[in-house]
Amino acid sequence: MLTKDEHKKLRDTARTIRHSIIDTTFKAGGAHVGGGMSMLDMLVVLYFKYMNIDTGNPDDPDRDRFVLSKGHGAIGYVPTLAERGFFDKELLGSFNKFKSPFGMHPDSLKIPGCDVSTGSLGHGLPMAVGLAMGARMQKKDFYTYCIVGDGELNEGSNWEAAMAAAHYKMDNLLVFVDRNMQMIDGPVEQIMGLEPLADKWRAFGWECLEIDGHDLNEIAKAIDHAKEIKDRPVVIIARTTKGKGVDYMEDQTKWHYGALDSVLVEKAHASIDKMYS
Amino acid sequence: MSKEVTGTAWNVYDANKLTQAEIYGQVLCDLGDEYPEIVALSADLAKSTKIGVFQDKFPERFVNVGIAEQNMFGVAAGMAKTGLIPFVSTMAVFASLRAGEQIRTDICYQNLNVKIIATHGGVSFASAGTTHQATEDIAILRSFANMTVIVPADGIETAKAVTEAVKYPGPVYIRIGRGFEPTYYKDDNYDFKIGKAVEIRQGTDICIIAIGIAVLQAAEAADYLAKYDGLSVRVINMHTIKPIDKEAIIKAIGDTRRILTVEEHSTLGGLGTAVADVIAESGKGCAFTKVGLNDEYAEIGYPEDLYAHYQLDSNGIIEKVREIMGKDFEEDDNWEDEL
Repeated sequence: MLTKDEHKKLRDTARTIRHSIIDTTFKAGGAHVGGGMSMLDMLVVLYFKYMNIDTGNPDDPDRDRFVLSKGHGAIGYVPTLAERGFFDKELLGSFNKFKSPFGMHPDSLKIPGCDVSTGSLGHGLPMAVGLAMGARMQKKDFYTYCIVGDGELNEGSNWEAAMAAAHYKMDNLLVFVDRNMQMIDGPVEQIMGLEPLADKWRAFGWECLEIDGHDLNEIAKAIDHAKEIKDRPVVIIARTTKGKGVDYMEDQTKWHYGALDSVLVEKAHASIDKMYS
Repeated sequence: MSKEVTGTAWNVYDANKLTQAEIYGQVLCDLGDEYPEIVALSADLAKSTKIGVFQDKFPERFVNVGIAEQNMFGVAAGMAKTGLIPFVSTMAVFASLRAGEQIRTDICYQNLNVKIIATHGGVSFASAGTTHQATEDIAILRSFANMTVIVPADGIETAKAVTEAVKYPGPVYIRIGRGFEPTYYKDDNYDFKIGKAVEIRQGTDICIIAIGIAVLQAAEAADYLAKYDGLSVRVINMHTIKPIDKEAIIKAIGDTRRILTVEEHSTLGGLGTAVADVIAESGKGCAFTKVGLNDEYAEIGYPEDLYAHYQLDSNGIIEKVREIMGKDFEEDDNWEDEL
């Protein structure tokens, strides 16, 4: 649960990062802004409330781990790491540019605080399972968090990993599905449907929770609940809105990836401020 | 902390009775005592890949992911990120192709300390057909940045390669056979260093560069050719395909002016191609022939039948050497006799 004060702080942080995403997208000449916005509130709750991490020692072997399986969400992830203090926010201006540490998909060898390189869909969850198994084998009590995209769940390797995580009762692993209902070619349910998605996870042996992925309190409550569950992994299906906070992007398939001009930037900032006012 | 698997350690295992894979399993068990960070993964092939002995000894350090190779290599990447040294075993064809992207993107791109023991390499599982043969894996794996590729000659060399791989940072791909291959080495009394070729026969007329099962065959061919053809045949065991020992190749060009590569693999992209690159870049000329599978899928049959069919055995190599010796390679302006 979040205290009122925590809630306000997290909300302010999410607002700041949403603005940062818009500015970074503008400078980068384009980004996966829709999916960056849809998962942001989960990232904020994890990085600013739950994760045991030390920006001064980003490679601490006992730190909690995070895997952004939907690696194209880097436009939401990288500004979050900057806001958390892993590196200077000024560096965000280099996004996508020559020799930048930041491209469309995150590189763990270049980005302080980034635990795993991702981008190819269906790769994050297996690696997250491996991190969780590594913790157990070495009797370390760190937690592994992972965000997968909903469209990404078309990839079969996710279900190989889901099977293994349940078989090995990985209760030190918590997965979020960023259920924004959109993929590049259109609505997920129209392109390659996932429903009944919760039943699928449950049939694979997972504890499955369903929440509003933009409600900070619900996210926190779900994480608290997940940590009580023993002997099986937990997945939180978070209903989200692609492009959340920017009215002209919300639920629009075409804003999977886009570039912004100065007019759209102004409109985006205004829309974000309106949502938080 | 680190322990060499020396003669005494591995001699416990009788190389004539144990297969390459069995020796690998035994050596890994020994290393497991010394290196608590070693863990092992299998995709329902713990018995076939002989990693099961490690499971018996260290059940808590072994994970069977079921028939799910993509997940297995992703899981191994995650484990390596926590400081473990995962040894991942499956058939070479599934490692290189089914899970090729996981090896490239999860393991090599992040330069992770994952050791891959790819069994059933080449046509060693020949009767199983093309689905289970691996004749492209070396070409694929050596194209991945950060990856080291080793093809040991036999069980003894496998033991050495596994031992060295533990100490060698980053991803390593060790390609072995099915386990019924005859051995070349009688003991482990020789220097094995990753990236350093071993000259097993001295010679100045021609140099055979071989890997895997072809090492023994090339040595036998060299002995025969010395006896009956009066040829001085150098044989190099190029156990490490990447990084390849350029010095040994360039020296062979200068000393012999004739090079024959022999590999249980396609002639596209494997040992032969790697050696050809070095020859071409050296600016030195030499007669050059590759032996292997020529842009084709292998026949069904027992491995020894296929070795003979693809001229990977000593008879085939002798024939190839005689062919290449017929080419009169010299430094002149007459190209007719070299084309």
